[in-house]
Amino acid sequence: MDVRADTSAAPPDSAAASPKIWRVSELNRRIRDSLEGAFGEIWLEGEISNFRAQPSGHWYFTLKDEAAQLDAVFFAGARRRGENLQWAGDAAPRDGLRVQVLGRVTVYEPRGRLQINVLRLKECGIGELQIRFEQLKRRLAAEGLFDPARKRTLPLLPQRVAIVTSPSGAALQDMLKIAGRRFPNLHLVIFGVRVQGKGAAEEVAAAVDEANRRHRQGAARFDALIVGRGGGSLEDLWAFNEEIVARAVARSAIPTISAVGHETDFTICDFVADVRAPTPSAAAELLVGRKDEFEERLRRIAHNLGLQMDRGRLQCRNRLGDLRSRLVRHRPEERIRALWRERTVLGRDLRRALEAAARTSQQRLDETAAALREAWARRRERASGTLDRLRAQLAALGPDAVLRRGFSITLLADGRALRDPAEAPTGARLRTRLLAGEVASVVVNAEGASRRRHETARADPRQFELFETGSDPL
Amino acid sequence: MSEKKSRTAPAEVSFEDALKRLEEIVRQMESGDLPLERMVGAYEEGRKLLDLCGAKLNEVEKKIELLEKNGPSGEWTARPLDAAPAGDPPKERTHES
Repeated sequence: MDVRADTSAAPPDSAAASPKIWRVSELNRRIRDSLEGAFGEIWLEGEISNFRAQPSGHWYFTLKDEAAQLDAVFFAGARRRGENLQWAGDAAPRDGLRVQVLGRVTVYEPRGRLQINVLRLKECGIGELQIRFEQLKRRLAAEGLFDPARKRTLPLLPQRVAIVTSPSGAALQDMLKIAGRRFPNLHLVIFGVRVQGKGAAEEVAAAVDEANRRHRQGAARFDALIVGRGGGSLEDLWAFNEEIVARAVARSAIPTISAVGHETDFTICDFVADVRAPTPSAAAELLVGRKDEFEERLRRIAHNLGLQMDRGRLQCRNRLGDLRSRLVRHRPEERIRALWRERTVLGRDLRRALEAAARTSQQRLDETAAALREAWARRRERASGTLDRLRAQLAALGPDAVLRRGFSITLLADGRALRDPAEAPTGARLRTRLLAGEVASVVVNAEGASRRRHETARADPRQFELFETGSDPL
Repeated sequence: MSEKKSRTAPAEVSFEDALKRLEEIVRQMESGDLPLERMVGAYEEGRKLLDLCGAKLNEVEKKIELLEKNGPSGEWTARPLDAAPAGDPPKERTHES
């Protein structure tokens, strides 16, 4: 550390005077200035630890080796330029990553902390090509060139296909063989280009553009475009990682398949194309459908179509028959007939009901009459018994019963019974009633009132007959 | 019938769309709720699309062309295509100018 400036600032012969008293901020400023002046921009290699990305976009971490460590900060502004950040990963650096940084050693004055402000960060042990690949990939991704929304689907039946590849490569032979086998009558236009070495990228890009030019002009409308080559080293495949190729593929109006190298090889061209095929052969298989399968599919559809039409016809016929029978059922005469049938049934039911009701009523009438008759008979019997008894009683009390016992009743002329001799003076005509008839008499000699003498005259048959009228003949 | 005329001309219908429409037609007919007159229409349309698809399969003749550029600023011109090499598949070769 060069601190000569500080010592020279204090005059040596002023020892007698009081020593200079520093303020902290002043000291930190002086240390920072001298540090920055002494080191300038340096490359420093170390391992990242305690990495923190702040929401502000600034990155804070520690660079360390086996024995020492130093705080580092990579400001968002410094990082913004692509070449300032070089490593293979997509995300932020992680702890443990060995990096080389270009930076300025300084002091963070508020805390008096030594740190390095990073201007450029580069992963150690990573090839130059790899770094260029990652940079371009990041840049194009940021532009949205890899967006899934940009990807177009391949046509089901490509009839004219453009192929950009080496005319002498095995890749072309593979594609021709597979495409021809799957769909013999294809129209293929091969744009022969160099696929590696200097100028290859420019040729590939020019071929993609030429295919599109012809497509646009209608000279040869292409349904699809295959860009590719067979396997090789990273350097061999490099043309397909060049920006010029990526841009040409990105602006292609023809749906494009990228088919570069083997399954494990990924190129920028793969990311930009609508479809990535693992190999050129796979591209041909992906794109070109099998003609025999199409024919089979059409046959199946034709068969189904006929089947459905037959089924539909049959269904319609059945429905028609059903409708006809339903229609007949609702004709007026049928309706009347049905109503008539209904009426007949109802009439019969009604009659039966009435008959049943009549039967019930008759039975009840019969039962009531019988009961009445019986009651009447009982009542008459009882009444006639009473009558006989009364008659007997009456007979026992009547005058006949007295007469039968030998008594007689004497009646005056006026019909009153004679109870007092005084009522029968001499010469009074009397009638005496006996059991078997009457005797007419005249009082001959009346003897006072107290004792009555009753003189019975011999009955004059005429008189007798005279008095006999209205009496019982017996 | 009139709606069919307003539809795009057969030549403009892609094989893919024709196939899709065909499958839709069959599905509709299979569902069984297509009125008779529409079913007849669908069937006729289906037959036409089938013919169209069949024609498309054989529309283009087999043809393989090779174009190469004459120099950095030259035209793209046709070259005869070498027959597929027999035997071992060739290694990937660069096409040196």
